[in-house]
Amino acid sequence: MDFSEQELKTAYRTMRHMRNFDEIGRREFMAGTLPGFMHMYCGEEAIGAGVCAHLSDEDYIASTHRGHGHCIAKGCAIEDMALEIFCRQDGLCHGKGGSMHIADLKKGMLGANAIVGGSAPLAVGAALTAKTRGTDKVSIAFIGDGASNQGTVFEAMNLAVVLKLPAIFVYENNGYAEMTGVDYHCGSGDIAARAGAFGMPAHKVDGTDYFAVYEAMAEATQHARSGKGPVSIECIAPRWYGHFEGDPQSYRTKEEIADLEKNRDPILLFRDRVIAETGLTQSDFDAIDAESLEHVEKAMAAAKAAPQPEPADLLTDVYEVYD
Amino acid sequence: MPQMTMREAINHAMRLEMRRDPEVILIGEDVAGGRGCPVDDVEAAGGVMGVTAGLFNEFGEARVIDTPITESAIMGAAAGAALTGMRPIAELMFADFFGVCFDQLYNQAAKFRYMFGGQQGAAMVVRTMIGAGMGSGPQHSQAIYPIFAHIPGLKVVLPSCAYDAKGLLIQSIRDNDPVIFCEHKMLYGDKDEVPEESYQIPLGQARVVREGSDVTVVALGRMVKLAVEAAEALEEKGISTAVIDPRTISPLDVDTILDSVEETGRVVVVDEATPMCSMASEIASMIVSDGFSSLRAPVKKVTAPHTPVPASPVLEAEYAPTAARISAAIESVYAYR
Repeated sequence: MDFSEQELKTAYRTMRHMRNFDEIGRREFMAGTLPGFMHMYCGEEAIGAGVCAHLSDEDYIASTHRGHGHCIAKGCAIEDMALEIFCRQDGLCHGKGGSMHIADLKKGMLGANAIVGGSAPLAVGAALTAKTRGTDKVSIAFIGDGASNQGTVFEAMNLAVVLKLPAIFVYENNGYAEMTGVDYHCGSGDIAARAGAFGMPAHKVDGTDYFAVYEAMAEATQHARSGKGPVSIECIAPRWYGHFEGDPQSYRTKEEIADLEKNRDPILLFRDRVIAETGLTQSDFDAIDAESLEHVEKAMAAAKAAPQPEPADLLTDVYEVYD
Repeated sequence: MPQMTMREAINHAMRLEMRRDPEVILIGEDVAGGRGCPVDDVEAAGGVMGVTAGLFNEFGEARVIDTPITESAIMGAAAGAALTGMRPIAELMFADFFGVCFDQLYNQAAKFRYMFGGQQGAAMVVRTMIGAGMGSGPQHSQAIYPIFAHIPGLKVVLPSCAYDAKGLLIQSIRDNDPVIFCEHKMLYGDKDEVPEESYQIPLGQARVVREGSDVTVVALGRMVKLAVEAAEALEEKGISTAVIDPRTISPLDVDTILDSVEETGRVVVVDEATPMCSMASEIASMIVSDGFSSLRAPVKKVTAPHTPVPASPVLEAEYAPTAARISAAIESVYAYR
C-alpha cells in the first residue's frame, strides 16, 4: 500500500470526525438543541476525505446542503463548525449561515449551499480565479445526484471545458434526490457518461472505497493542475439517513439501510483493508476513535454553551462598512 | 363545518379541481415522492410538507408528475403546457428557488399574453412556500413575493388562513393568467372552518378581518394574525383598530383599503418581506397618493429589516415583525397629532 501510516491515520481520523460530527449533531437535533435543518453525510465519508486529501488551503471546494463532511475534510476547525451549526455568535458565519450555509473562506471552503446545483457555477468561478492568476490551484464542485440534473450544473461543466479551467466536478451519487430515486430522476442513469459527453475525462468509482476515490482524484488533480482542463468523478455511495433529519424515509426499507451499515460502511471498509495490508492494528484505530469522539463531543458541548448572537447582529454584514 | 388545516385546505382545493377538470395537472419535486425508490409508497410522502399527500394515488402518474430537481424545467414545462391549453399547477418547493428558474416565469409565462397580442396567456399556478420561522436560513426562508408583484402579467396570492387558501387556490387554478400562490410554511398547521364543497374567492378582493375606527392595519400573509392579536390587545387601551388582509397583492384591492383609511386617517402596513421596493412601500405610497386628504398621521411600515434571513433562531426572532412591534406602531400613529 502506497501510503504512510501517518497518511492512513489522517484519512481515518477525518472520516471518523465526519461520522461523529453528524451523529452527535443528529443527537442534538433530535433533542431539540440544534436549530434549522440537519443533512447527514453518513455513508459518504470516503468521498470528501478521498477528494480533499489532494487539496491544500489554497485549493477551493464548493459544497452542498450535506456539507459538514466537506468542511471537515477541507480542514475547517471542528470547534468553529460546531459553533456555526448551533448558530452561535463565534461560529464560522457568526450564526447567520447555520448548517446549510457554513463557509470558511480562509480554508478555501466556499460554502455549503441550500440551493441544489448552486455550487457548480461557483466552483467554476473559483477555477477561473486560479487560471487567471496563473496558479496551479484547483476548484472542486461537490454535486449530488439530484443536482446533477440542474441546468446550472450543465452550464458550469460546459463553461469549464470551453475555458479549460482547473475545475473538478465530484458527483456524490447517494441514490436519492430528496425522496426520489436516481433510477427515476436521472434520465440515462449514468452521470459520469453525461459529464464525459461535455468533453472532459469522467471517472466513476465506488464512493464507499476511500482508495478508489483517492486514486481517481489523484489523476483528476494532476490533469487539472497541469492546465489540461476539467475532470469529473462520479462516486457512488448511498446515504444512510433521510434527505434531512425528520424525513420518515417511507420510500426505503430497513433492510437496505441495515445492509449499508453492515457491508458498505466506508470507515469500516477502510479500516479492514488497512489492517489486512499494513502494520496498523485495531488498537491504532480504536485510539483514533476514542480521541475523535472526545474531540467532537467537547466541541459540540462548548458550542452549545457558547453565547448566542446579539439582536443588533441582525443588521450587520449586509454590506461592507467603510470608515 | 369541518375544521381543516391550511395544508389540508390546499390539498383539498387541488383535489376538487383535478376531479372537475382533467386538464389540471400537478408537477414538481416530490409532489408524489418515492418514485424510483425501493418502496414506492407515494401515499406517505406528498412533498416535504405533505401538502400534496394522496393526490398521486387518486390521479396517477400522468397527472401528478414528480420531476428531478430541475426548477427551470419545471417552470418552463408548466408555462409551455399552459400555452398549449393545459392548466398546470407547478410546485416550487421553496420560493427561494425562483432564483434558479426566474427566466421561464418572468420573461416567458408572464409575457405570453401581451407579447403574443392576446392570443393566449399561461393559465398556470405556481404554488410555493415562503417565510421565516423554521430556522432554515438565508436560502430557504425568504418572503420574496414583492418581486413577483413587480412583474406585469403575474398575479400574486398570499393566503393568511385555511378558508381563504382553499377558495383562492380554486380561483387561481381557474384563472387564465399565471398566478404565484405563496404558502407560508408557518401557517400550514393553522386550523380554520373550511367547507367540504368547492367555493371561489375572487382575486383582488381584500378581507376586512376586523372592523375599527381609529387605525387601519393592512397586513399580509402570516402578519394578519399577528395584527389581529395586536389589535385585540389595544382594544383594552381604547384604540379601535381595523385589520385588512388584501389576500392578493397583485391585483391589489385598493378600494377596501382606502375606504377604511377614509374612516381612520391613520395607517400601519405590516409585511414580513424586506422593506425596499416592497408591497409595504407600494401600499403606503398608494395610500399617500390616493388617500392623502384622509390622512391624519404619516403612514407607518412594520417590516423585516433590509437584510437576508439569518439562520440563528435568536436573530430570526428579531427579523420578522411581531405583535409587539405592530402594537407599538399602531400606538404611535394613534398618538400622532
